[in-house]
Amino acid sequence: MPEKARPPRFQLADAVFFNLTRGAAFLVLALLTGIILSLVHGSWDSITHFGYNFIFSSSWDPVAEEFGAWRPIQGTLITSFIALLIAVPVSFGIALFLTELAPAWLRRPLGIAIELLAGIPSIIYGIWGLFVVAPILMDGLPIKLGESVLFTIPPIQPWLTEATSGIPLIGKLFDGPPFGIGMFTAGLILAIMIIPYIASVMRDVFEIVPTMLKESAYGLGATTWEVVWNVVLPYTRSGVIGGIMLGLGRALGETMAVTFVIGNSYDAIESLFHPGNSIASILANEFAEASAALHYGALIEMGLILFLITFVVLSCSKLLLLRLQKGDGSHS
Amino acid sequence: MNQSLYLRRRLINGFNLTMSTLTMLFGLFWLSWILFTLFSNGLSAINLDVFLHDTPAPDSEGGGLRNAIFGSLMMAAGGTAIGTPIGIMAGIYLAEYGQRGWLAPTARFINDILLSAPSIVIGLFVWIAYVQHVGHFSAWAGSFALALLVIPVVLRTTENMLRLVPHSMREAAYALGAPRWKVVTAVTLRASKAGVLTGILLAVSRISGETAPLLFTALNNQFFSADMNAPMANLPVVIFRFAMSPHDNWIKLAWAAALIVTLAVLALNIIARVLLKKDQA
Repeated sequence: MPEKARPPRFQLADAVFFNLTRGAAFLVLALLTGIILSLVHGSWDSITHFGYNFIFSSSWDPVAEEFGAWRPIQGTLITSFIALLIAVPVSFGIALFLTELAPAWLRRPLGIAIELLAGIPSIIYGIWGLFVVAPILMDGLPIKLGESVLFTIPPIQPWLTEATSGIPLIGKLFDGPPFGIGMFTAGLILAIMIIPYIASVMRDVFEIVPTMLKESAYGLGATTWEVVWNVVLPYTRSGVIGGIMLGLGRALGETMAVTFVIGNSYDAIESLFHPGNSIASILANEFAEASAALHYGALIEMGLILFLITFVVLSCSKLLLLRLQKGDGSHS
Repeated sequence: MNQSLYLRRRLINGFNLTMSTLTMLFGLFWLSWILFTLFSNGLSAINLDVFLHDTPAPDSEGGGLRNAIFGSLMMAAGGTAIGTPIGIMAGIYLAEYGQRGWLAPTARFINDILLSAPSIVIGLFVWIAYVQHVGHFSAWAGSFALALLVIPVVLRTTENMLRLVPHSMREAAYALGAPRWKVVTAVTLRASKAGVLTGILLAVSRISGETAPLLFTALNNQFFSADMNAPMANLPVVIFRFAMSPHDNWIKLAWAAALIVTLAVLALNIIARVLLKKDQA
């Protein structure tokens, strides 16, 4: 083999190494396929038994083996929506502060602090939400200094119920038992959990806006807010939406924190203060204790529905973020 | 007229920037509140017994978390040991061989989705694919589930770090006649050692607090067990069970466990960041 520049043992080693790494990359694809296939396989009983009705039926009776996913799907969507409603403006504010307002030496530590919020495990949010936040929402909290009460945080739930009671529609949303736990509390905790994800994507995309573009606007006499609103935001629109979708994907599948504070009830959801259920919380509560094959099947099918929803949401997020990367600078 | 328009713009600007500062404080407020709660409830519950005794029976006094701490360490080690090599190898493929073909972009896309996929579904997957077949919950199943969470994190950081290595370094190695595997392992991977380690630490910090994938894989165990083929206690599931219980002693231990888990996770997180900063400097 005189023509070959490299000794054959090198070629062999190269081929082995290449195929090992390629195998690992394939494994990632296989993993996704495996997850979907096994979920379909595991829920086959339920899919064939209930058909499409499964999604829109709101009965859940393990004894009579009647299962429907509508209530948990509703709960998942409502809590995630509340979370977005709170988290999006807050994350925008944080990203704006980190990119435009904070002095340079503060940016890194503050950014890390916000990211640490994402590092705190879900279960910690759960135990904190159940024992600390829920009682305050229900009863308020006197802030004490020694023995004397400085001031009292009002019980937020009864206060909201009263304040909105006259308003049609909105009044109904906040009407309900002030248990502390329920959809509203779950949404609030979810919001805190997804803020770091949305804020860090927003901060990253805000940073790619060419300085020239911003300075041109400043040169025309625009205020900082006008630059952010009219230049930065339009430039990074797809990235910002991608970040929001990422937060949504996280919120939909969040399990432990929601399980602690959502109340775990199958009753119809009449208001935001009502206890409810989400797909993830049902799985966490019931799966280890299920016994009948159909019960397992129904629970796995809910897992499948959850996975498909998050898959679509996260794919959209990823595609939007890729679009921003590709179109870097080509915006008109 | 012009004056009032200018004033209005200034006011809007001032108001919105103030709001932005407030949202930042809002974020920091939750972080400090959670940490404050953990310390005020957890510190008083932590003593030597927590590390020396196993989880107590429902209505008894005392007890500790020894079995759960041990179980968490074992499963985190297992998950990291299984997931890290796969993540690094796949990361190498995406960064070094991924310029052509469909595999690299597809794997990158899927990996980013798996990174944020609900961890409870990963638990379901391992239950269907492993637990159901073996017929019992086990620490191995827990490790597998955690490994599946490690892979995306390690893959992502490995790829990003390898991409930062300048091309001239690779070319220099090739010019010396080194085969490709040697270039990757001895030059590029070595140059991004700290970055890859950061990824591993972040992955460990992520799995140390994960509860959902362990609920129906490793389950829980009231007693001390070192058998990887049997259910094993672990801190997150102990927190879940104990905090939801009506027993004061259990709730106290749940707070202790919560403080231990959070401190471990945050410490790993911060070490990882410090390490990365040193490398970049």
